[in-house]
Amino acid sequence: MADAKTKQEPLLTPTVDDDGAPFWEHAARGELRIQSCTACGELRFPPRPCCPHCQSFDSEWRKMSGRGRIWSYVFPHPPLLPAYAAQPGYNAIVVELADAPRIRLVGNLVTAPDAPLNSIAPERLRIGAKVQVAFTTLDDGHTVPRWVLERP
Amino acid sequence: MASLKDATAIVGIGQTPFAKQLPDSEKTLACKAILAALDDAGIAPSEVDAFASYTMEETDEVEVAKAIGAGDVTFFSKVGYGGGGSCATVAHLAAAIATGQASVGIAWRSRKRGSGPRPWKNTAVQLPTPAQWTRPFGLLRPADEIAMLARRHMHEYGTTRDHLFNVALACRNRANQNPAAMMYERPLTRDMYMTSRWISEPLCLFDNCLETDGALACVIVSAERARDCRQKPVYVHSTAQGLPAQHHGMVNYWNDDPLSGPAWTAARHLWKQADFGPEDVDVAQIYDAFTPLIPLSLEGYGFCGRGEGGAFTEGGALESGGRLPINTGGGGLSEAYVHGFNLINEGVKQLRGTSTAQVPDAATCLVTAGEGVPTSAVLLRAP
Ligand SMILES: [Zn+2]
Repeated sequence: MADAKTKQEPLLTPTVDDDGAPFWEHAARGELRIQSCTACGELRFPPRPCCPHCQSFDSEWRKMSGRGRIWSYVFPHPPLLPAYAAQPGYNAIVVELADAPRIRLVGNLVTAPDAPLNSIAPERLRIGAKVQVAFTTLDDGHTVPRWVLERP
Repeated sequence: MASLKDATAIVGIGQTPFAKQLPDSEKTLACKAILAALDDAGIAPSEVDAFASYTMEETDEVEVAKAIGAGDVTFFSKVGYGGGGSCATVAHLAAAIATGQASVGIAWRSRKRGSGPRPWKNTAVQLPTPAQWTRPFGLLRPADEIAMLARRHMHEYGTTRDHLFNVALACRNRANQNPAAMMYERPLTRDMYMTSRWISEPLCLFDNCLETDGALACVIVSAERARDCRQKPVYVHSTAQGLPAQHHGMVNYWNDDPLSGPAWTAARHLWKQADFGPEDVDVAQIYDAFTPLIPLSLEGYGFCGRGEGGAFTEGGALESGGRLPINTGGGGLSEAYVHGFNLINEGVKQLRGTSTAQVPDAATCLVTAGEGVPTSAVLLRAP
C-alpha cells in the first residue's frame, strides 16, 4: 500500500494561530512539546493564552517523551475530501500521552513516519496500544506528528 | 427571584414539507413555517415582537420581520453552536416574555442542507482553533468526531452496534407512522443496518441523520395570553443551557472526562428548576444527529447511570409503549434533520395529543438540543 500515496490533492495543513504556533515550530524540529504554565506547572492542550488553574499568562513548552496509548480510533469513509478519499481505510486516532494522560492528541497511526495514512492494517489498531511519536514533513513543507506502534 | 416555570407556553407550531430538495429559498421556507405557526396560534403577524434563532441561520430576523409584516421588535437573540441552540431559542423567548421584554415570540430554523453544501467541505474558511489539531489528521466531519467518542464508549462500557441499531430503529419505526417524515413507509431492518456502508467506522450510514431541506417555527406567549389562543397551550416548564467547564465542542477529547458532555451540565439546571424528574417524563425528543448521542444523552439527563445508555435501549425501551418512547416523529435520523427544531414541534404535538405516534395521555416531554456541543434543553408540560 506504500505506493498508494496519491499527491494530486494535498492533505489539509494546520491553520496555525498565535497560541498554537510554538507547537508547530517545535514539530518542525522533530520535537513534541506541550504548553505548560510557568507559574504552577500545569500542562494544557490545546494551547491557550492563560492558565485555567492559576490565570498566569506566562508559559513555556515542555518536551514530552513522545510515548502514548491509543485512547480511541475511527476509520473515516467517503464522502471525504479528495486527499483523504485517496487513502481508503485510513485511520484517525486519539493518543493520550504517557507523560500526561489527560493531554490527548488527534493523529494517525502509520507504519513509518512518511508512510500513507492507510499504511497500517486496521486490525493492528487497539485501544490501549502503546505508540510513539514520529514526525513527517508534508510536500508543502509543514511538519506534523505521526504515531507508530511501540512494538511494530 | 422570578420563576420562569410555566410562565410561558408554546401556542403555535408550523413547518414546511421536508425533502432532499425543495425549490423554495431558505427565506421563503422560513416565512412559510412562521406564518403557519402564527395561523396555528391564531395570532396576527403584526403582533410579533420577538425573534430567536441560531447563529447558523441564514435568514436574519430583520428580513423575516419585514417579510411577514411583524410589528416593532423589542427582543431578538441568536444562539450559537449549531444544533446545540435549538431549545435555547425557546428558552430565550420564554425568559424575554416572562420578564415583560416582549409579548409574542417566534423561534425558527430554515435550512437547505439536503441540496446545499456540506459545511465541512469548505476548507477555504479559517476554522476555529480546534481545527488545527484535528483536520490535518483527517478527522474531518462531525460523524468522525462523534464516532471517536462512540468507539471509546463501546470500549469502556460494552456499548454495541446493536444498541445503536435500537436507536436507529426506534426513530425509523416512528417515521414510518409519520406521513410528513422523509422515511415514511421506508422500514429499516437489522440486516440493512448491519450490512450498510461505513461512514466513520464504528458508525454506519444509518447512524447518521438525514440531510434535509425544510423549515419549522413555533410561537411563544405568556401563559395568561395562551388561554385565549386557538390551540391548547403547551407550557415551558423548565429550560437550561449547558457549556461545561473545560468543554471543547464536538472534539471534547481535551476535557478530563470526554464522555461526560454538555447534557450533564444542562440536566443539572433543568431538573433543579422542575417539579418532576426523569422518571416522570412520558415521552422524550432527544437530539439525534448521530445514534451515539442518544445513549450519551440518556446518561446525561439521568434516565440511567453513567455507561448504561447502551443497555437502556434494549427490550424496546425507546419504542412506543416502551420505558421512554423517543423521537416520536422520527427525529433527525428519520423524520428530517433541521438542526433539531422538528423535535421541539413534535414535543408540542405529543402534549396536544396530536402526534402520529401518540403516547397515551402524555403530559410531560423532554426536548434536548445537540449533545457534544454547548447545548440546551426544555421540559414541556401539558395544562
Ligand atoms: Zn498555572
